[in-house]
Amino acid sequence: MKLDNLTFNGGVNVPHYKGLTEKLTLEKALEPEIVNIPLHQHTGAPCEPLVKVGDKVKIGQKIGQSEAFVSAPVHSSVSGVVKGITRMAIPTGLTVNCVIIESDGMNELYESVKPKGSLEDLSSKEIIEIIKEAGITGMGGAGFPAHVKFSPPSDKKIDTILVNGAECEPYLTADHRLMVEEPEKIVIGLKTIMKAVGVDNGIIGIENNKPDAIKALKEASKDEKNIKVVSLKVKYPQGDEKRLINAILGREVPSGGLPMDVGAVVSNISTTKAIAEAIIEGKPLYERVVTVTGNGINEPKNLIAKIGTPFKDLIEQCGGFKEGAPGKIIMGGPMMGLSQYTIDIPIIKGSGGILVLTEEEAKPAPIEPCIRCGKCLEVCPVKLQPLHLSKYSLKGMFDKTEKFHALDCVECGACSYICPAKRPLVESIRMAKREIIAKRKRNR
Amino acid sequence: MDSKVIKTSKAEEAALENILLVSSSPHIRSNESVQRIMLDVIIALIPAIIGSVYFFGLNALKLILISIVSSVFFEAIIQKAFKKPVTIKDLSAIITGILLAFNLPASAPWWLPVIGSAFAIIIVKQFFGGLGSNFMNPALAARAMLLTSWPTHMSTFTGTRPDVVATATPLAIMKYGMTADGAASTTVEAATSASQSAGAELPTLMNMFIGNIGGAIGETSALLLLIGAAYLIIRQVIDWRTPVFYIGTTFIMLMLLGVEAQFLPYHMLGGGLILGAFYMATDYASSPVTPIGRIIFGIGAGILTAIIRVNGGYPEGVSYSILLMNVATPLIEKITSPKIFGEVK
Repeated sequence: MKLDNLTFNGGVNVPHYKGLTEKLTLEKALEPEIVNIPLHQHTGAPCEPLVKVGDKVKIGQKIGQSEAFVSAPVHSSVSGVVKGITRMAIPTGLTVNCVIIESDGMNELYESVKPKGSLEDLSSKEIIEIIKEAGITGMGGAGFPAHVKFSPPSDKKIDTILVNGAECEPYLTADHRLMVEEPEKIVIGLKTIMKAVGVDNGIIGIENNKPDAIKALKEASKDEKNIKVVSLKVKYPQGDEKRLINAILGREVPSGGLPMDVGAVVSNISTTKAIAEAIIEGKPLYERVVTVTGNGINEPKNLIAKIGTPFKDLIEQCGGFKEGAPGKIIMGGPMMGLSQYTIDIPIIKGSGGILVLTEEEAKPAPIEPCIRCGKCLEVCPVKLQPLHLSKYSLKGMFDKTEKFHALDCVECGACSYICPAKRPLVESIRMAKREIIAKRKRNR
Repeated sequence: MDSKVIKTSKAEEAALENILLVSSSPHIRSNESVQRIMLDVIIALIPAIIGSVYFFGLNALKLILISIVSSVFFEAIIQKAFKKPVTIKDLSAIITGILLAFNLPASAPWWLPVIGSAFAIIIVKQFFGGLGSNFMNPALAARAMLLTSWPTHMSTFTGTRPDVVATATPLAIMKYGMTADGAASTTVEAATSASQSAGAELPTLMNMFIGNIGGAIGETSALLLLIGAAYLIIRQVIDWRTPVFYIGTTFIMLMLLGVEAQFLPYHMLGGGLILGAFYMATDYASSPVTPIGRIIFGIGAGILTAIIRVNGGYPEGVSYSILLMNVATPLIEKITSPKIFGEVK
């Protein structure tokens, strides 16, 4: 098996702008005075609150859960007093119930936060239960509950666990720093997932622009016979899980299918590290690494921030906005991140970064007519024809977009990025997807 | 309990809300631009422009300039008339102007490029929606129109420089030289002797390559056109597939149609094949966007070019071949939709 410079077809070279933070060691964020912890920050059913106003809570205490299988509990990230439970805007664009907790600054741990025993003694079932109770969700953005991913239906034969260390989004370095600073935990996390799913093949894929991370993980996994570290060519969107599987295993996830259809389960670096901590420290997912970066911020940093910390606090800790007004504030990276209209929103489990673009950088380029250069076809990792999809979508011909496989679009944005006419390609395909799905629901 | 627990003054919050731009991702764009692509094409054409002035004298320069100026002028005028934004800054009209002039003989009268560019820009380009929407290559469509309307002006190739000896294009020499004695000549000598009787002889291959031959202003120098083409391929402005399959197919088809091996280099270097394959067949708007479609386009144009040159009434077939493939483009695109990643049949 080839282990170096693996890649996929299509894709685009995007400048990675990681220099702002890639060498900065992880730093604990200042203790927030108030955290707003959303009860719905994952894919699946929202949680019901387990606490009420006036309750005293500790770090790691479960404050919300749902009976549904596809859901993940949430935990307090501070010790303090519940001040309210109210609907608030969160960075995903939703308005959901949030538990507002005033920190007492004592950082007292909840009693259940203690080591869960050694991996050898735990059964697959117990591990999945620990992961579920720790509220671990995919931390790359989609927020899919990890325990669901690790419990594939029995007819799906899984043979490989992939750990996604591509971090192909420009600017973000949260996963990069974790790989450099905590490689042992990532290896333990991977071993945990392998045991949970019952697989003895684990592969960590890392883009070539992070040689220090590749080195650290190779070193940390040198005694593990079943774990390999492979390097990936730097190309966007290498971190898309279907692209990762294709690059490393050479398998093609069928249209509309999931990684488990080709025998693979993919886990993000931050998620894998959180899983390790859930086992060895008994620590639920209540904090994560957030890269606060961009040319609009004074001192970019990689911060370990508590879930629920307002964006505003982290921005302040990074020296605030640079001279002049910020142009755009994005949760996540510039290619797939979500732009925000306020900074009074909390960090959630899927917040890998806060990116502040300057006014100049955020200025939208004028849109010109499509010249049919075909560059969007070249870069599309799914081999779609964005120019046609976009044309039909903008004309409201959504049936036509369905025929052109709109639903297979992974919304990576490579087409819009490369388009010389600056056309809203992925933007309009996204719209078409929503329309197609809405129509299917109506017809059901 | 409301969100006032977060210590931000309401005024500050509102101010930020009014400033921040909220939009769908991606939030960064590449440096690519339509203008830059067009500029690259112009840069690629500059060696051939200089060459044309060297080989055909100042009249060539005059025709090129008239063609550019009138193309840009007609684009601006018609967009004003249609109350559309004037887009001459995208530089595409300049390219149409250059390519149109490249298709004219150096002896053409000054008004020929004016009428040609009016037709190219107003009728072929703007009537169908402007940049990116023209279903034919504007410069080639204009050339076809001019050739039909003023055949004498369009096919009288006289060198204006005293040392340029050729007065007929090599393709014409081969074609009419071959048919003059009523039977297909099978050797260079036969063709040469036949054409000598018609007052012309085939130039050396070296002159063919550098462009010291009769022909339209911009099509003669294979060398200078290839330098520009290499630039366009390196800059990823054009796809190598179309020209490579076009020229390759023309070569093979000419062989299959029984053209003598000695003549093949003349067919490759003479006429508008290099100009057409690299600069016209690759026109974005009128050629397929799919990779396989581009190959089919090249093969189709190659077959047609060879057939027209050998069996048709004209010595040259590049422009009609490309125009015919232009109109077949929507169909080609339809049948060559790429199979998507993970497609299940």
